[in-house]
Amino acid sequence: MFNLIPLIVLFPVVGLLINAFFGRQFRDPGAGIVASIAAGSSFVIAVLEFVALLGQPRGATVKLADWIVIGNLSVPWAFKIDTLSVTMMLVVTGVGTLIHIYAIGYMKGDERFPRFFVYLNLFLASMLVLVTGDNYLMLFVGWELVGLCSYLLIGFWFDRESGGLGVGTGNAVAAKKAFVVNRVGDFGFLLGMFLIFWTFGTFQFDSVFGMAEHLREAMPEMLPIITAITLLLLVGATGKSAQIPLYVWLPDAMAGPTPVSALIHAATMVTAGVYMITRSAPLYNLAPASQVVVALIGASTALLAGTIAVGQFDIKRVLAYSTISQLGFMIAAVGLGAYVAGMFHLVTHAFFKALLFLASGSVIHGLEHGHPHASHQSSVGSHQAGHQPSAIGHQPFDPQDMRNMGGLRGKMKVTFWVYTIGALTLAGILPLAGFWSKDEILADAWRAGLGGGQWHGLVVYLLLAIAAFFTAFYMGRQIFMVFFGEGRTDAAKHASESAVVMLVPLVILAGLSVLGGALNLPGLNSMTNWLKHTSELYESGDFNIVVAVISTVVALAGIALSAAVYYRKPMAAGEPDPLQKMGALFVALNCKWWVDELYGLLFIRPYIWLSRFLADVIDWRFWHDWFHDRVLAAGFNGGAMLTAEGIDLGFIDRLANGLAELAKGIAARFRRIETGYVRNYALGVFIGAVAVLAAFLLSR
Amino acid sequence: MVPTTYYIALSAILFTMGVAGVLIRRNAIIIFMSVELMLNSANLAFVAFARQFASLDGQIFVFFVMTVAAAEVAVGLALIVAIFRTKKSINVDEINTLRG
Repeated sequence: MFNLIPLIVLFPVVGLLINAFFGRQFRDPGAGIVASIAAGSSFVIAVLEFVALLGQPRGATVKLADWIVIGNLSVPWAFKIDTLSVTMMLVVTGVGTLIHIYAIGYMKGDERFPRFFVYLNLFLASMLVLVTGDNYLMLFVGWELVGLCSYLLIGFWFDRESGGLGVGTGNAVAAKKAFVVNRVGDFGFLLGMFLIFWTFGTFQFDSVFGMAEHLREAMPEMLPIITAITLLLLVGATGKSAQIPLYVWLPDAMAGPTPVSALIHAATMVTAGVYMITRSAPLYNLAPASQVVVALIGASTALLAGTIAVGQFDIKRVLAYSTISQLGFMIAAVGLGAYVAGMFHLVTHAFFKALLFLASGSVIHGLEHGHPHASHQSSVGSHQAGHQPSAIGHQPFDPQDMRNMGGLRGKMKVTFWVYTIGALTLAGILPLAGFWSKDEILADAWRAGLGGGQWHGLVVYLLLAIAAFFTAFYMGRQIFMVFFGEGRTDAAKHASESAVVMLVPLVILAGLSVLGGALNLPGLNSMTNWLKHTSELYESGDFNIVVAVISTVVALAGIALSAAVYYRKPMAAGEPDPLQKMGALFVALNCKWWVDELYGLLFIRPYIWLSRFLADVIDWRFWHDWFHDRVLAAGFNGGAMLTAEGIDLGFIDRLANGLAELAKGIAARFRRIETGYVRNYALGVFIGAVAVLAAFLLSR
Repeated sequence: MVPTTYYIALSAILFTMGVAGVLIRRNAIIIFMSVELMLNSANLAFVAFARQFASLDGQIFVFFVMTVAAAEVAVGLALIVAIFRTKKSINVDEINTLRG
């Protein structure tokens, strides 16, 4: 059974190859069906592995081939099957399959329909390489491949301006930004890997963790190196999992098609950092300092992104910041050593955030289909431009702007219900999945802070609790703005429900969001026991009734506040957001605390200045104008002049010419002899003959 | 019987006349005739010595010389005719194009 594992990667690869070569013949929906079958087959394999693992929970490592063998370094192409990786496989393939099916409906009629599914399958294969690899190098291969897929899919509509995601930036720019920011993180990850190899001489998870454990007893003075490794790996995680300071790419990544936002930028790829840290738990446990940093980064990201989400108008952008915030929860959890809580939240978050994104896609779809009924003129003036710096003044109609929505409850009944379930799950309302997983994180932070006496535990708890309040508030705001009140544009008034192929995955995901909490109910702790087979470090705390009550109160307070602001008196068309009464604070939230501008000032402007300086001054003026023209060309000319005039003309030519002149002078004297008169020659012959004769006679 | 010395003396006189003719005269034909005179003076010396030593070698050599002289005259006259055709003259002092 374990030997089937290579198929899980093979199926999406076959799917993408079929679509890459024959996708044009299939058109839609053929290509989508092929891709969905490939994804579904991978899910079946994942389920089979799960069943096999139930009987043999210690798992196995299946070696497919040798990959790199250089001296002592041997990196096999091996799949690691244990409870942790199978959990990730089930999430990736399960949610992935649903999103594939949904995309058949969402991408209907797109001119690049087959290509989209090629990319989706490629992503699935890459993500599975990432989670199944049994060494850091394979993990890194998957890590880079998903980054590439992310880039390709964000820029899928590379010929469009991004839909309200920043003025004047095309989708291609967003894709580039995601790629470059991820590269920064990947560089840290790469350095961490080098350091692992330098310290342990291997990339295998088991050997590295075994040796690290041994190191603690044998050479405690080496532990700072572990701290360095874990911090560098954290840099990689902040890039991929969108944490401070590298989270800025994820909101812009919403330029991609909505299924991509759901699959890659909410459910799976961005959780790679959480998975990686969970996998490296034995290393992090040896480096308490790193754990503190991880927890604090996660918690502060959760709060920062939660506040920004409050001030956004773009429906997907709210969800993007919400994703960053929830990833912060997970990172904070794994930083506190609550690996199970982090993984638990990862799984439930995959369900409800995929649900929310897909439902928002359904809303956007409905609005786009309602748009042709609407006249352009009425929607242009329907929201206040001018007051908002990021208001979308240049676009006639933005189907993602929540100010253009409203009253969709009656038009899109299924979407409304699943969206509400997703929002309540995210807000953490009993008994939905989000409550259990978020509560476990908060309880672990509480326990670390009050029970364990770790100061940062308390800080993390406070940050996360405030973030949870904001979460409830912005989700309530979104629900009330989108679905309640009156339609604020003609498009919203004419919106219609989406196709069944899109709704079925939504309903399934809604079911999972409701029931997902059952995975690790307090008392049963099924997921804790399940993950414990992989590592003894995967513990989870006990249920804490105080924490549960506090978080429920906080969540309800957030929703109540949003209801007070948005439900009691719904926004009318053209009316500003009630929060705008807060003035400068709201502008700050809406402008994302100007972090992008700060980065622009701190990094991008100096970088561009440096590039210009290097190009114009160093390269052009110094190297080209001065060094090349002055030094090289002039030096060469001078040298050539010297050899030409001094050596060639002055010495060699004069020598040759002198010899020639000499020969000519001698010849000029000798030519006198040649008179041309036969008699003279005859006389010469005669004199010669006489001389020879005389010589004979005299020598006798 | 005429002593051999006389023949040799005559031969020497004839040879000297031939040499003087070649060196002094300008008419190509006269020069040729002088060359013939030298050849024949040599023939005379050959024959005289052949008779003195009662050997036929000298006489046989004379035949060779006469053959070569005949061939030489044929070639030489042909050259002179060709030169005359181009130069309208057989004065050897005018045939000096090889002058350096």
